[in-house]
Amino acid sequence: MSGSASDWTAVAADFPVLQRTIDGGRLVYLDSANTSQKPDAVIDAMADVMRHSYAPINRSAYRLAAEATDLYEGARDKVAAFINARRSREIVFTKNATESLNLVAGTWGRANLGPGDAVVLTHMEHHANIVPWQMLAAERGIEIRWVPLDTDGRLDLADLDRLLDGAKVFSFTAMSNVLGTINPVQHLCAAAHRAGAIALVDACQHVPHDVTDVQAWDADFITFSSHKMCGPTGIGVLWGREQLLDSMPPFLGGGNMISDVRLDGFSCAELPAKFEAGTPPIVEAIGLGAAVDYLSTLGMDNVRRHEIDLTAYALDTLDARFGDDITIHGPRNVEVRGAVLSFAFRGIHPHDISQVLDQSNVCVRAGHHCAKPLMRLLGANATARASFYLYNHRRDVDALADALDGASDIFGA
Amino acid sequence: MPGLEDLYREIILDHYRSPRNRGELETPPAVKALGHNPLCGDEISVFLQVEGNRVVDVKTSGQGCSISQSSASMMSAAVKGKTIDEVRALVHRFKSMMSIETDDGAPDGEVKLGDLEALQGVVKFPVRIKCAVLAWNTLVEALAEA
Repeated sequence: MSGSASDWTAVAADFPVLQRTIDGGRLVYLDSANTSQKPDAVIDAMADVMRHSYAPINRSAYRLAAEATDLYEGARDKVAAFINARRSREIVFTKNATESLNLVAGTWGRANLGPGDAVVLTHMEHHANIVPWQMLAAERGIEIRWVPLDTDGRLDLADLDRLLDGAKVFSFTAMSNVLGTINPVQHLCAAAHRAGAIALVDACQHVPHDVTDVQAWDADFITFSSHKMCGPTGIGVLWGREQLLDSMPPFLGGGNMISDVRLDGFSCAELPAKFEAGTPPIVEAIGLGAAVDYLSTLGMDNVRRHEIDLTAYALDTLDARFGDDITIHGPRNVEVRGAVLSFAFRGIHPHDISQVLDQSNVCVRAGHHCAKPLMRLLGANATARASFYLYNHRRDVDALADALDGASDIFGA
Repeated sequence: MPGLEDLYREIILDHYRSPRNRGELETPPAVKALGHNPLCGDEISVFLQVEGNRVVDVKTSGQGCSISQSSASMMSAAVKGKTIDEVRALVHRFKSMMSIETDDGAPDGEVKLGDLEALQGVVKFPVRIKCAVLAWNTLVEALAEA
């Protein structure tokens, strides 16, 4: 690993897939808001455990199993430290952030919400933070209220206190996966608490890109996915306040989550096993732990600074090259936006843009980004989205701009 | 790798820039079907007016990429005036060309794809097949209503 935060070109060298070529050209991966690439450190950690230390965890006396258990629980400790959780038992490993959000809606929500209770969401949420609540609303008759957006793509907080009045939950994203907007998480958690609501933070687009401190946020739950932060797919995280997690009913039933099972019922295991039914993603957890080590060595404050620099360069470059021919959604102030650029370009459909950019090995997402309510507000049924991460640098922005020029040639725009 | 010229043939771009039979029909007498591509958010409406056993008018509306919109335009031009059986045969021929139905060589051998042959190149870009067949799946739904 490079270990040097100042040399971001060397960081790219840590990611083997970024070294490959397609049709002789360099790969320009600009879809990290979707999923991130993996460094050697993560790939090797996962291969190592499967080669040398793999065994069941938490249930066998032999030394190999103890070693695997230590690695698995060691990953939990790393994740806890990474987000400044008070204790490792507050870290629940799930399948992904989507499952984490479903876990909270399905257990805390079912135990605490009934007809007439209100849940407050925002217009910039991902489907994963909308549909679980709508499922609960259909089942329980709860009310869903929405925090609107201003014309800059930021939350319009003018009526926040009124929206939160009497609400039981405020569930919101720390950063929009479409607009790049970074929300004032600490402020929003405080507003929720003033109203007597719990604060759930969808931190899927935040944890990979900036310092995360759940205590400074004063959140009640946060959710995120490993695969967006250089770790493997198949594992996500739910962090919750210990007393909240302790008070909740279990999620999935099965092995590992029980302390006893009798013919007439069961009792739950202690945290975090209570929420980890069945054999967990052992190798994936260890991979996530390696990703956390990798990111920690670079320093999340350095990652954030690098992405601010890259976002500013991208906004300036695209503006200078294309002027009014490009519309970039979301705030212009890079202090309140992440490295996610959704754009409309010369009236060319995003699918066609993505197809043409692929000829130059530039990988961008085209579509609704699992945020259809937000897309309707933007008046588009799809956008093209370029998203940057720690392994991208300015030449990737230049490659994007060069490739966009080619799209005009075909569609005569 | 197949080149973009295989995908974006001139006739496709012509239908994209100047779509045929664009608009809506009064329902009834026409029927309307709405199709979605859940992956990309594209939407298309097909309005179909059937009299007796014949498609006497068809219109399409909605938003989408060059492939989905040009396919809708060519589809509308191809089915207008045809009998229901001929339309079904055409759907089968088109989907066979898109490799999502098996061409069994049977009764629709008489059906001519005409301009639609230009969409053949889409098969080399599997992700885009869904774009090309969106209008056709929506047409099939409209036929079921008619």
